[in-house]
Amino acid sequence: MEIFAQQIVNGLVLGSIYALVALGYTMVYGILGLINFAHGDITMIGALVSLAIIQLLAAAGLPAPVILLLAGSGAVVVCATLGLSIERVAYRPLRRAPRLAPLITAIGVSILLQYSAALVWGKQYISLPQIIEPAQFTIFGAQLTSLQAAIFLLACLIMAGLLWFIKTSRMGRAMRATEQNPDVAGLMGVNTNSVIAFTFVLGSAIGAVAGLMVVLYYGLGHYFMGFMLGLKAFTAAVLGGIGNVGGAVLGGLLLGVIESLAAGYIGDLTGGVLGSNYRDIFAFLVLVLVLVLRPSGLLGHRGGDRV
Amino acid sequence: MSASAPWRRVAWVVIALLLLAAPFLIEILFGRTWVRITDVALLFIMLALGLNIVVGFAGLLDLGYIAFFAVGAYCYALLASPQLGMHWPFLVLLPLGAMVAAVFGILLGAPTLRLRGDYLAIVTLGFGEIIRVLLNNLNRPVNITNGPQGITLIDPLQIGGFSLAQTHSFAGLTFTALHNYYFVFLACAVLSIIISRRLEDSRIGRAWVAIREDELAAASMGINTRNMKLLAFAMGATFGGVAGGLFASFQGFISPESFHLIDSIMVLCMVVLGGMGNVAGVVLGAVLLTVLPEALRYIGPLQQRWFGEVFIDPSDLRMLLFGLALVLMMLFRPSGIWPARRRKAEENHAAG
Repeated sequence: MEIFAQQIVNGLVLGSIYALVALGYTMVYGILGLINFAHGDITMIGALVSLAIIQLLAAAGLPAPVILLLAGSGAVVVCATLGLSIERVAYRPLRRAPRLAPLITAIGVSILLQYSAALVWGKQYISLPQIIEPAQFTIFGAQLTSLQAAIFLLACLIMAGLLWFIKTSRMGRAMRATEQNPDVAGLMGVNTNSVIAFTFVLGSAIGAVAGLMVVLYYGLGHYFMGFMLGLKAFTAAVLGGIGNVGGAVLGGLLLGVIESLAAGYIGDLTGGVLGSNYRDIFAFLVLVLVLVLRPSGLLGHRGGDRV
Repeated sequence: MSASAPWRRVAWVVIALLLLAAPFLIEILFGRTWVRITDVALLFIMLALGLNIVVGFAGLLDLGYIAFFAVGAYCYALLASPQLGMHWPFLVLLPLGAMVAAVFGILLGAPTLRLRGDYLAIVTLGFGEIIRVLLNNLNRPVNITNGPQGITLIDPLQIGGFSLAQTHSFAGLTFTALHNYYFVFLACAVLSIIISRRLEDSRIGRAWVAIREDELAAASMGINTRNMKLLAFAMGATFGGVAGGLFASFQGFISPESFHLIDSIMVLCMVVLGGMGNVAGVVLGAVLLTVLPEALRYIGPLQQRWFGEVFIDPSDLRMLLFGLALVLMMLFRPSGIWPARRRKAEENHAAG
């Protein structure tokens, strides 16, 4: 039972990070109907930028909270700029093109980001300098560090803030209008171009924070880390119902828990035949199952293709 | 047309003769390494043509195509190497590999083809990764794939008593293993081109184009879209499976590392850059993207000589250029270097 509680806690913490990345996928998909393949790699850039800032400032001997705040803001600024320019250069000209075209540029951008990162930071794993000594405490029989708790709480705060923003603010209303029908939204005086650009900026900024969290959680960064993270976050978005912001949150948390339970128990269940090296497969199995059984996801609405 | 017919015939004869003489000419002009590169280029032509059926004809974006190549390669390697102690003949294994790959194609396609195109891209991406993870981990508890070490000592191709790995002399020419494989690969590549061309103009090919352009309209016209899409997947997978078997016998060694996501992307680049849906364009793309990265290898030593150190690893530079090429092609020339006639017509139509 203690193992069970432990896996649930681990899963929720990891899942809250997935959920943050999934938000970026789902918002862009909701508005443009485009899978932004590069989003996982934007998160990777956020992670590596914040790692670089932490390394720099840790050497200068600043206190940990200041370092983390600066690292987070640095990553947010870099990623938001990146998201904005990618949308402007690679996606906007193709908005009326056949579906395959923006998908292929998205893959191109993703490769560009990965290998630019490899060029800047090298291909080896970069480890996080020890700047914080997280306190350990026990909750429901599960071990939890203060760092994990902080990650989870911050993620929840961001998600709640985003939901509130989309529901109540003027920009949020414009985003919802554009999502429903960009042409009509345009006629109603919504500047759809700036709404779409804003969506990319927002998604990338949240991705940057998620990147910092991944670095703190695993203590490592790598130029290819965005790939698996992106695949899982996308799965989370599909699980919750792609295009649905609340769904991304639910899907992320669920996926984290499923993955962590599966990885924790697969060894016992199969008598040691399959080990946790199959961990990364679960996300994919979930994805296929959801797509087969309920393609609209848990919270998505079922709708036919528009002619 | 009739006046130019004799010239066309002469041109074809010249091309055929050049292709037959190519390995010897290339060996004299550029050295043995480039004969090997030519062999690999022929394999990639087969792969790219297979992916072209899926992406170019039917418009289904497959990002895990290399998995079928891997399935074909492992199918051959397992049944013709000391790994499982089996040494089946090549003429049995080639169709078997093709069939197994086709079955995998259908297995992947069946649950996902009902979905929108972009979901398919992600699922195929995951499928490619899963195949690699399985190949890496199926060495426990029973050792099937030998894990990350890969399979060695794979039997070379042998047709009757004629082994392609040995050097043969014929009509005053020496045929080394590289030459022998060249001719087998050439035959397979030419066959793939013919099949692709015939498919393109067939009832099936036109059904694929209809699905690509508008699935709903195609279905209303009585095309069984699900079966047609499955057929495209199975056909594409078959090409990959055959190429995989040939690759395994040619290399004599395979490991999961040869079947990375990056390789899927590379084959996709060949199709996209060459010209989605146009057989000649795809062949051109495959040749260009096999030869250019090889040429990029010289950049490493050049950097060393000019700057005293290597700034950009040639393989990283290759990936950067691939990424850039994908973006730029989609922005400025979406139908490829050598576009399909139909696509070009559509583009002009859309512009006017």
